[in-house]
Amino acid sequence: MDNKIAEAGNLGPKVRSDCHVKLELTKENGLQIELKSKVESMYGKSIRALIEKELKFFGIENAVIEVTDRGALEHVLMARIETAVKKLIDTDLEFLPEFLPENNYGTAKDQFRFSRLYLPGNSPSMMINAGVHQPNGIILDLEDSVAQDKKTEALHLIRNSLRAVNFYGAERMVRINQGKKGIRELKHIIPHNVNLLLIPKCESGAYIKKLDKKINKIKKEHKISNQTFYMPIIESAMGVEKAFEIATASPNVVSLAVGLEDFTADLGVSRTLEANESFYARTRVINACKSIGIQPIDSVFSDVGDMEGLYNTVKKARSLGFEGMGCIHPRQIQVIENAFAPEESEILKAKKIVAAFEDATAKGLGVVSLGTKMIDPPVVKRAQKTINLAVKLNLLSENWLKEFN
Amino acid sequence: MKNKFIKNALGRRIPAEINGKKQIPFMGVNKYKPEGKIYSRKIPSNVDYPLDGNKKVINLKEALIKSGLKDGMVISTHHHFRNGDLIANQIFDIAKELGVKDLIWFPSASFPCHEHLIQYLEDGTIHHIEGSMNGPLGKYTSEGKMRGTAVLRSHGGRYQAVQDGEIEIDIAVIGAACADTFGNANGLVGPSASGLLGFALADSEYADKVIVVTDNMVEFPCLPWQIQGNRVDFTVEVEKVGIPERIVSGTTQITKSPDRLYLAELTAKFCEQTGIIRDGFSFQTGAGGTSLAVSDYFSQIMRKKEIKARFARGGSNKYLVKMLEEGQIDYILDGQTFDLDGVKSMAKNPNHVWTSPFTSYNFHSKGNFAGMVDVVILGATEVDVNFNANVVTHSDGYLMHGIGGWQNCLFSKTVILPIPLFRDRIPVIMDEVTTICGPGELIDVIVTERGIAINPLRTDLIEKVKNSGLPITTIQELKDEAEKICGKPEKPVFSDEVIAAIKWVDGTVIDVVKKVEK
Repeated sequence: MDNKIAEAGNLGPKVRSDCHVKLELTKENGLQIELKSKVESMYGKSIRALIEKELKFFGIENAVIEVTDRGALEHVLMARIETAVKKLIDTDLEFLPEFLPENNYGTAKDQFRFSRLYLPGNSPSMMINAGVHQPNGIILDLEDSVAQDKKTEALHLIRNSLRAVNFYGAERMVRINQGKKGIRELKHIIPHNVNLLLIPKCESGAYIKKLDKKINKIKKEHKISNQTFYMPIIESAMGVEKAFEIATASPNVVSLAVGLEDFTADLGVSRTLEANESFYARTRVINACKSIGIQPIDSVFSDVGDMEGLYNTVKKARSLGFEGMGCIHPRQIQVIENAFAPEESEILKAKKIVAAFEDATAKGLGVVSLGTKMIDPPVVKRAQKTINLAVKLNLLSENWLKEFN
Repeated sequence: MKNKFIKNALGRRIPAEINGKKQIPFMGVNKYKPEGKIYSRKIPSNVDYPLDGNKKVINLKEALIKSGLKDGMVISTHHHFRNGDLIANQIFDIAKELGVKDLIWFPSASFPCHEHLIQYLEDGTIHHIEGSMNGPLGKYTSEGKMRGTAVLRSHGGRYQAVQDGEIEIDIAVIGAACADTFGNANGLVGPSASGLLGFALADSEYADKVIVVTDNMVEFPCLPWQIQGNRVDFTVEVEKVGIPERIVSGTTQITKSPDRLYLAELTAKFCEQTGIIRDGFSFQTGAGGTSLAVSDYFSQIMRKKEIKARFARGGSNKYLVKMLEEGQIDYILDGQTFDLDGVKSMAKNPNHVWTSPFTSYNFHSKGNFAGMVDVVILGATEVDVNFNANVVTHSDGYLMHGIGGWQNCLFSKTVILPIPLFRDRIPVIMDEVTTICGPGELIDVIVTERGIAINPLRTDLIEKVKNSGLPITTIQELKDEAEKICGKPEKPVFSDEVIAAIKWVDGTVIDVVKKVEK
């Protein structure tokens, strides 16, 4: 590493809750801190103290550091400084913010994943309030939303955000990069309680197994007991062919998602609203998931202004068997969750069927009938699923049967 | 002479004198009532005015000279043209040309376009400003560069100050979209249509000399006469009184920010759960993107419940107009129109009514409309743990906004402030606000993205939201959460020099703003 000047972070009039750091290592004169901050009058002293503490932590005694701050929170300042330092110095040290105790929760294999909010991994302003919008999951993205030359700073930012930002109970997800890069990223994120990893352009079970091994090693080293689940994203023709192999590669695979932009590109066709071009891929993925009881998740809907279009798309996805959809804007969360919730008429029908079943069982009858119609066991099973979902979503009281009779 | 300081009822230290005038410290809500008679201007006689009613003079300069413009006078203007105003700057260009000094500008509000006037504060043409301080003027004043002390009043407080003689307007210049040579004027029609002229009403009634300026001079009678020609001394026709695209406010679109939409939705849900939204209720929301979104959510709830509102207070805008036209609101009682839809609606719809600070907010009237409104949705730059709120300064101490009708609206039945818990890294809820503009006892609910705090005085509201599922918390917990996320802020450093006084609606001083130490 020969260069003596390094930069990190973002600059510009639209940048908020972020900062930019320019660091030059010098031979003498100690630490010279030049701070331009919009919160100077309230946090100037503490920012200067932080800069000094962090540079000393990395063993830097002489440097000129220019920080242009647009109201960055401490964990963001810390990440940006660390990135600049690591562009100049080779070190494995990490300058970590305190881990918020309220972030130390685990999640369950079968919990709802209707809505997962994608956040660009290098934009701190979007992460701070993401949990407020209460999606089922929050995805801190290292892959497509981060420019190639910003991957390392995004990694530091995501790591610090996992520790310092309250996600208010949303499942904590990270989308790593593809291939070897993704595996190298693991040691920076796994120790900070990631509930679920999204694995982009997944094309083999072998990759999942490799990932599994690496993660187990990191967990052992850090004595981590919370589980880390995987959601491989199927977004190529090969991925579709290998869907079942991928789904069964590890018990930690809880879901498969489809990514249709890349998939249609791989096919060499355009993505259309009718989506006939991806019908096979989607149903193939759904089938692979359902065969082993994990969740199939649909691609994102990219027109953030069209809530009606989104609602209709989710309804269609649900009718095929999908159990979730990606969100690229917080306003999509509620629409997606509403569309996945069972409709009133469905709940009513399910109540009648389950009530009839309970009645028949109580009477010791082998055959369930509703009015003049015989009800087959799979119909009862499906109705019970609808009821369970309605209860979980607070659309139905747990004691509905008493009230129904 | 060293100014004496007195503590007011909120514990803020207030100078005994401001701009050489004795001040009364804030004594508490509804505690101070001045006695005596309403200020009156000199008695005019119609023999001094042309019998044919034609009061037109060749230009504004002529009108100002004929009005006796001289050193130390109080010159008033109104802000219906907002950032498109072309009149205020011209007045002081003329004053400069004539070598007049030490004027006091008394606008109903200032805008960034008035940055032009800083040169006249520098060269002595203007002594000081008594009105809202936005953008560049606020920065200039905060750095202690203005000779006199700024005095900020609410819309209602401005009417009060004129009526009890706290300020005596020498010359009022009223820009109008439409006028006749007699001086009848309105804001409804013409290239610079701004809707109404309510903010110029007090000026027309109490100023010694009144000048009406228009770019749309019509033959008598100009109807309707929102300003009565019988109170006008001179009329002037100019090429342009305003820049139309800047007359409409910049914040007339519903916000696209997911965080603000969330705040608006939560606010509307609160109003639904507490039964504030009921058939025949009334509401007021401001012009900001969040407020517009609140109206929109109100509209959705009203549609779902199949109810309507009796009236909404404007600032009107296209969303409110749509509700009026679809029958969701019986009347809009409007103080200003924020967009062209508002202007057009006011011109054609008899149920879209113009009001003035006199009817809406005035302290020296036999009641006003503010207290009749069921719920108002307002903003704030800061709120403290006692619910006191700030709208004029930012946390760095800079004066950046006017009070507008904000203080007056605090008298409505329920006052809700939807505000983010912090902006970037700046906590909005804190131990003590930089400047108190409204006492906490009048502020009922703070809605943030991380919880809703209800003023403990509102036990009725606290009762109503029990088991509602709304994220109810306390103001102290919100403050702690803000500090946990942002860090505990250092106290900004201020000098002892007072650069602005913040008046309460009754004319007492609720707080002062100190010069910012650079």
